[in-house]
Amino acid sequence: MIAGLAFYAFAAVLIASAVMVVTSRNPVHSVLFLILGFFNAAALFLIAGAEFLAMILVIVYVGAVAVLFLFVVMMLDIDFAQLRQGFQRYAPIGAVIGGILFLELVFVLGAWQSSGQSEGLRLNPTPADVQNTAAIGRVLYTEYVFLFQAAGLILLVAMIGAIVLTHRDRPRSRRQDIDAQVSRRTQLDMANVPVGASIGQLGILRPLPPEQPKPKAVAQDHGDHGHGGHH
Amino acid sequence: MLDIGLGHYLTVGAILFVLGVFGIFLNRKNIIVILMSVELILLSVNLNLVAFSARLGDLTGQIFAMFILTVAAAEAAIGLAIVVIYFRNRGSIEVEDVSTLKG
Repeated sequence: MIAGLAFYAFAAVLIASAVMVVTSRNPVHSVLFLILGFFNAAALFLIAGAEFLAMILVIVYVGAVAVLFLFVVMMLDIDFAQLRQGFQRYAPIGAVIGGILFLELVFVLGAWQSSGQSEGLRLNPTPADVQNTAAIGRVLYTEYVFLFQAAGLILLVAMIGAIVLTHRDRPRSRRQDIDAQVSRRTQLDMANVPVGASIGQLGILRPLPPEQPKPKAVAQDHGDHGHGGHH
Repeated sequence: MLDIGLGHYLTVGAILFVLGVFGIFLNRKNIIVILMSVELILLSVNLNLVAFSARLGDLTGQIFAMFILTVAAAEAAIGLAIVVIYFRNRGSIEVEDVSTLKG
């Protein structure tokens, strides 16, 4: 009874916030409604008995993905009013296609029925004696351990990919250029430093000024051709 | 009416899915909202998987939903990175301007 009322309430808020995500004028509002929708979806997961997934949904989506969206929306300086041109133009097409899709889904929902053998075909039956999180852990780290590792690899690739895509070298930053540093002086001076002499007496060794380009050698054999003829 | 069964969850999932598809058509130009619509679609798929998992008493659906969550997070990160560098290069995120590779 209570669970039924809670289901209807959470489902109603979830669908309403999904509508607001799609139709709101300001993308920041869209992201905030997306967060609200994820919270309500997590509540629906809880009602269905998937506590671990509900917590994961809150942590991963609300904590990471939605905040990432919020960062990007606020960071980019975009004229959102201009992006909304053609909003009315595409609405009928979207409504028609969405309506057709929804009708098809309703047909599937009405015509579908569970197989009589589904009880015996279960791959990992839910154990009755442990909680949801422990049960998922038992299955995930034994049967699906390779898929689990592959999921970690996917996340690693996504992380490296995002860094590579958005990273840019800043020319302002000063790095040590060892090659330029070593090849700075072309001449090596050996100094004979008296014992106890300090910089005050010796002076600071300054690097030599860069070599001036030598003046062009004057042509010695002028007059071979051209304006010759007076000798 | 107040007994919550599989059909209720599937209905909510279907409505969410249709809203996500509708959002892709409605916000043809704003790629950030398109990414959010894709997230809605993936959420509806997760809802279906969890509902079937609860109905059938089979944990595999929840495991699968977890992997979908992983892929969705990776997709959002890569997609937003592409949006950021596209905006840095072109100064706009209109989807219809993206024709550099068209030749």
